[in-house]
Amino acid sequence: MNPDRRASVLLEVRQAAYGFSHFQLQSLNLSLHRGETLAIIGPNASGKSTLLKLLAGLLQPQAGAVLLDGRPVASFNFRERARRIAVVQQESFLHFPVRVMPFVLQGRYAHMGPMQFETRPHQEVARAALLQTRTGHLAERLLQEISGGEKQRVVLARALAQQPELLLLDEPTLHLDIGSQVELLRLVQSLARRNHYAVALVSHELNLAAEFADTVLLLQGGRALRYGAPAEVFERELLEEVFQTELDVFPHPETGRPRVVLRAPEGDPKGGGPAALDPGLR
Amino acid sequence: MTTTVLTWREVARVCLLLSAALLLISLIALTLGGAAIPARSVFAAFWEGLTQSPSSLSVEHRLILFDVRLPRLFLAMIVGAALSLAGAGYQALLRNPLADPYVLGVSSGAALGTILALALAARLTLAMPLAAFVGASLTTAAVYFLGQRGGQLAPYTLLLAGVITASFLSAIIAFLLNFLSASDLRGATFWLMGDLSGTAPFSLAWLALPALMSFGVMYYYAGDLNLLLAGETEAESLGVDVGRTKLAIYLAASLATGLAVSVSGAIGYIGLLVPHLVRLLFGSDYRLLLPASALGGAVVLVTADAVARSVAAPTEVPVGAVTAVVGAPVFIYLLRFRLNDRSSASATGENS
Repeated sequence: MNPDRRASVLLEVRQAAYGFSHFQLQSLNLSLHRGETLAIIGPNASGKSTLLKLLAGLLQPQAGAVLLDGRPVASFNFRERARRIAVVQQESFLHFPVRVMPFVLQGRYAHMGPMQFETRPHQEVARAALLQTRTGHLAERLLQEISGGEKQRVVLARALAQQPELLLLDEPTLHLDIGSQVELLRLVQSLARRNHYAVALVSHELNLAAEFADTVLLLQGGRALRYGAPAEVFERELLEEVFQTELDVFPHPETGRPRVVLRAPEGDPKGGGPAALDPGLR
Repeated sequence: MTTTVLTWREVARVCLLLSAALLLISLIALTLGGAAIPARSVFAAFWEGLTQSPSSLSVEHRLILFDVRLPRLFLAMIVGAALSLAGAGYQALLRNPLADPYVLGVSSGAALGTILALALAARLTLAMPLAAFVGASLTTAAVYFLGQRGGQLAPYTLLLAGVITASFLSAIIAFLLNFLSASDLRGATFWLMGDLSGTAPFSLAWLALPALMSFGVMYYYAGDLNLLLAGETEAESLGVDVGRTKLAIYLAASLATGLAVSVSGAIGYIGLLVPHLVRLLFGSDYRLLLPASALGGAVVLVTADAVARSVAAPTEVPVGAVTAVVGAPVFIYLLRFRLNDRSSASATGENS
């Protein structure tokens, strides 16, 4: 892959809008390059998940367009779309027991015809995906019996088995402990760089978004308030207004990436500095 | 390490195994009943039939074997396969491991259709299976919508909706039975429990055809069903045309149920028992589960019918009573240990 193509725009959102009866996602613009990681942040009911569904082609914009390589996402047929876009949902519930390997092989569905079986090449893709997510040792285990962090990595492995160009993650770190959160996002970031995926992820974890994203989109009430590099979006007044709480924002001494913490109550003698309470890490 | 990856060889191996079991159990079933015909004589009769040599069997035994037991055996096979397929199909369509045409009330819908056809247009041969199919389809649709909460299928709500629908439809059937003649009535009452003693109104080949069609449609979507089990949004993002798949499975499962009920009444729990047994023994991949369930359903119903015919010989018990005695406890077991509460919580909340 040549460097030009690597940096080229993969996904483009032009004036896209989508409305429910009680909620309206208003004309949104963004572009996502190969190898780029975009974090979509915002309070509850700001339209994050709706936007992600638009990007995934699971919803069609009522106005404007969502273009993948210049072509409307909605014009791809189901299998075509799944070969280019992979989605990691918040959590998947399973009523029927399934083992890790067959679960990851589900990612090969879009690359196979009806009534076919996963032949060796498909198995190799799945095994590589398991290795990339460091879950190879779990292949024969039941999905129901592995830990939450392991399960999210397996779900990511299934998405990788789709061999997509665009990877969409809807709160992938929900219900994970801080160690597993960081591990998962590091993994996503390194995969995006190595395999040149474009990544868009929805997150409530402001500090993780600031640390791992190249660009950040801040949504409120279905409108894009700010879109840019983390340092441009993470402004104290802006975040305080959006999240309705008093915050402090400062650059991390080493990485220079913004950090958000709750402001210590005024006159609190024990207010031990910005690191004392961290909304993003709780 | 590659043991969990399904291959066509594995499917062929399992199907061969189950076919052998079906053959064996069929031979045993043919020997059982009011008149004991030893296995040796059954073999002899088939051999003589194949070679067209003069028969060593008495005329009476030949009649019993070829005109009574053999058609009934084939009927049991087709009905058992159809009901198991329908169960496996509904389980994926409704994402509920306890789905079964009988439990969901779909069999009652098909029964109501059949009784209506019997009362109104008994002389039309195709009226009963067609009305059964329509009854099954309408009931499935009704239960599907009644089983939702907040736009999502809720496992317990769905089962309750099925049970209530079944009791409602049974009440209507009870009213309708008043309008049947006395001779129809006795047959109908027995038939409502699920019964294979009635002869099919048309040849077995015509019965096998829709069963095969239903299997073919479902098997075409076997890969899609594997993904549909995880949820519709997830399946769609993995590349499944969810709408088309659901419609196809809905029609195929209703066809199989309607077909089975129109000839044998509401035999319960086959669609629950067999797919679960297959999952336990061979795994839950639908590419294996569908053919294995069809063959397994045939094995189980042939066995159940043999029991029904011999347990109280010379009279017989409705085969539906035999399957219910075994099936209901299994249902309770699955209800307690398979349908977890977390799944119903997720169906109503958490998705924003």
